Amino acid sequence: MERPRSITKKIGSINFSLLSPNEIRKMSATKVITADTYDDDGFPIAMGLMDPRLGVIEPGLRCKTCGLRVGKDKCPGHFGHIDLAMPVIHVGLVKTIRDCLRATCRDCGRLLLTDKQKNEYREELDKYKLEGRDNTYLLKQIIKGCVKSEKCIHCDREIGKIELDKPTSIRENGKKLTPSEIREWLEKIPDEELPFLDIDKKSARPEWMVLTVLPVPPVTVRPSVTLESGERSEDDLTHKLVDVIRINQRLQENRDAGAPQLIVEDLWELLQYHITTYLDNQTSGIPPARHRSGRPLKTLAQRLKGKEGRFRSNLSGKRVNFSARTVISPDPNLSINEIGVPMEIAKELTVPVKVTSHNLEWCKQMIKQKTDSYQEMEDYTPSVNYVIRDTEGMKQRIKVTERNAEEVAEKLELGSIIERQLMNGDITLFNRQPSLHRMSMMAHRVKVVPYKTFRFNLSVCPPYNADFDGDEMNLHLLQGEEAQAEAEILMKVQENILSPRFGGAIIGGIHDHISGCFLLTHRVKKMSSDYASHILAAIGYEGGLPKETVEKGKYVSGKDIFSTLLPDDLNLEYRAKTCLNCEVCNAPKCPYDAHVIIKKGRLLQGTIDENSIGAFKGRILDRIIRDHGMDAGREFIDKVTRMGITAITLFGFTTAIDDEDIPEEAKRQITEGLEKAMKKIHGLVKAYENEELESLPGRSLEETLEMEIMRVTGRARDMAGEIAGKHLGLNNSAVIMAKSGARGSMLNLSQMSGCVGQQAVRGERIHRGYQYRTLPHFKKHDLGASAKGFVASSYKTGLTPTEYFFHSMGGREGLVDTAVRTSRSGYMQRRLINALEDVKVENDGTVRHSGGQIIQFKYGEDGVDPARSLDGNAVDINRIITDIKEGN
Amino acid sequence: MAKETHKQEFEIMRHDLVPLHEVISEEEKKQLFEDLNITPDQLPKIMDTDPVSISIGAKPGQIVKIVRKSHTANEAVAYRLVVESND
Repeated sequence: MERPRSITKKIGSINFSLLSPNEIRKMSATKVITADTYDDDGFPIAMGLMDPRLGVIEPGLRCKTCGLRVGKDKCPGHFGHIDLAMPVIHVGLVKTIRDCLRATCRDCGRLLLTDKQKNEYREELDKYKLEGRDNTYLLKQIIKGCVKSEKCIHCDREIGKIELDKPTSIRENGKKLTPSEIREWLEKIPDEELPFLDIDKKSARPEWMVLTVLPVPPVTVRPSVTLESGERSEDDLTHKLVDVIRINQRLQENRDAGAPQLIVEDLWELLQYHITTYLDNQTSGIPPARHRSGRPLKTLAQRLKGKEGRFRSNLSGKRVNFSARTVISPDPNLSINEIGVPMEIAKELTVPVKVTSHNLEWCKQMIKQKTDSYQEMEDYTPSVNYVIRDTEGMKQRIKVTERNAEEVAEKLELGSIIERQLMNGDITLFNRQPSLHRMSMMAHRVKVVPYKTFRFNLSVCPPYNADFDGDEMNLHLLQGEEAQAEAEILMKVQENILSPRFGGAIIGGIHDHISGCFLLTHRVKKMSSDYASHILAAIGYEGGLPKETVEKGKYVSGKDIFSTLLPDDLNLEYRAKTCLNCEVCNAPKCPYDAHVIIKKGRLLQGTIDENSIGAFKGRILDRIIRDHGMDAGREFIDKVTRMGITAITLFGFTTAIDDEDIPEEAKRQITEGLEKAMKKIHGLVKAYENEELESLPGRSLEETLEMEIMRVTGRARDMAGEIAGKHLGLNNSAVIMAKSGARGSMLNLSQMSGCVGQQAVRGERIHRGYQYRTLPHFKKHDLGASAKGFVASSYKTGLTPTEYFFHSMGGREGLVDTAVRTSRSGYMQRRLINALEDVKVENDGTVRHSGGQIIQFKYGEDGVDPARSLDGNAVDINRIITDIKEGN
Repeated sequence: MAKETHKQEFEIMRHDLVPLHEVISEEEKKQLFEDLNITPDQLPKIMDTDPVSISIGAKPGQIVKIVRKSHTANEAVAYRLVVESND
């Protein structure tokens, strides 16, 4: 889009310096003397804090200083000033004041250095400046050098010890210096010596650090708001300024009336407090100024500082237009690079389109389609919300309604811009916070859908770390062709399947996709041609039914159905997730169908599970992406997930608590095993008590006992799991999920049917609670299994009350750990990002930061992009060798 | 001075964890600047009081070539500009 014609200027440099009292008076529109804002009639009081000369906030009113209004011509507001009765120290500058006092003589104001030293330092400083080096250390050194002297070299005066009494008082030899005295002292420091104190003599004088005049910010900076009740509510800054003026006035009156020194000093102190809190209300050492309600006031420093401050909240980050946010929900029928956008959102979000001679008719048609009434989903027709007409540099924004659509369409000129509603196929950015890696924001193609949630394919949940328990996500519309092209090339979901962390896929089949493929391909699945065509239709397969191999053409094999997804040149051989790691592996002839062989795009044997299509380890997925590119990868994921889901719905798949049922015999075995373990622990405790236990190297006796017991309890749980697992076969849905890697683990199952096992807090058996015991249900000094958090029950049989308590203790630790970890790693990441934000890889392969400094001579020392690497290697040698051997 | 005695006490360059450092010649220096299209100040720095600098006798203005073992590439080459220390 074109920018309005204006003079562009480049900022050459910014110089921060101190305001001199004269400058403050010069820029002041009025002196402020009344500690009040509005009179009874609601008009601002002249020379009060809301004086109209300080600018206006109400629309229509004219500013008394510049004559401009709030709205279009925008009066920027004007500063006022308060003359302070007595000088006051600026909190932000106390440290510099202290250094200045320490380094100079109170009588003559000169630096406590001999001329020779001074020349040396000057040369050094000049050298640093020439080399562009940081001179803070040297400047500190200079001040340190001055502090050492006991007598002034120039006038023989004794040098007192200057101490800073936080936050704002300074003592000389234990005697407090008043701000007036400090100001007089600072005035004596000659200009030529300022560079040694890190002060630029062109822009500041040290005595300006002691305030005699306080600038009053314009009303635009501290606008008052009118509440519904008609009451005026003032900004925190105004409140603080009221305090300052009030005390300032009392101080002046008292001093002029010749009040006792003590009273004047008290008021002076109070003025100092108010000005300090006005500048920074979180100064340590003084109580923060509070609102009537008890809330601490937000004063100048608080406006800028921290996460909610101006910098981080308004300048580094901003709220944006052309974005939407709503709840997310799954839709397995969408492609992974699509996103379902509710119609209501689609009608609100727009993309600018320039009207040219090529698209004029189309644009007119779009405008004419405008309907304001409710649209049924079936006939969603994107239209135009605004037409922007550019006539002689004046931009005219016309809202298109049903009523004026015809007219606007007819009047449409070349060169205008129409703001077109969202259409299917538009490219958008989709994002979920916290955005921890680049896959947290990816480009999706729009598909307008009914209802009110964003919809996307389940395979894209892991990169966003999203689930559907109420998560909301954001959508951003790209407004320019350039941005759209860039997103298309760099940010589309399929471009991000390979993680830059390790070069593997992070998008792949999950949960039911894996269970479904497992059911379809495990051993020989006989499928009637009806079923087979149903599944093949779901993936949009075109072509003949796969060879009907099983039983004289009566059935189709599940493996053959799966093979339709594989490219013809695919050759792979690997172990499936279901592999049991048998001691004697009969490799190609695996009795469990866990050895996958794919030849020429046909699945000859083996089961498809997590190791084939899952994210992170999916071998087929990985190979397809590498050999056939990202788009083929996307298509494969789309189809494999759809096939998995169709298959699982066809076969039926359910799990319930009776999946964890085990026979009585097994239960007896488990109880026996647990009893044996208890006895063993008892024996260990006995041995420890009789001091017969032999300690392990480097461990105390107690530690040895604990370790031995932990070992026994761990083994007891494994034993229970093993026995339970023996009775849970692959006819069990829960086991299928665990073995195929879809969800859950065998440990989860054995905890449900066998034994939950030892609960631990900080990696040790639970030992805290009452004196010498964990709970009052046990004897003191009981070191047995159940007294220290061993849960012998299973989730299915239910836990005893004490077991339940221990289990909660273990569970609580997990919760606390995650809470602590997220906050800590969040801050760690923030610091890393701030440190690395402008480091980038240059075209020559070096890594440099914005200053041109070289950080790394070759990116990653080997110049390999990890996203395109294989386990960090640029070339997969093994692959090349096997390919050559097999003559592919 | 302290740094002199250190040199006599222990030859750090022989330690396994200290990578190879060597001062490069003027021609190599010119070639390096040309290859990377940089000025000397854009290089990482090493102080002349660094134990390694003392050990190999690198003087301010010279450039040290460092050959490290690397996880990703087997050997990684880096260069540092020798600068005068602050103290």
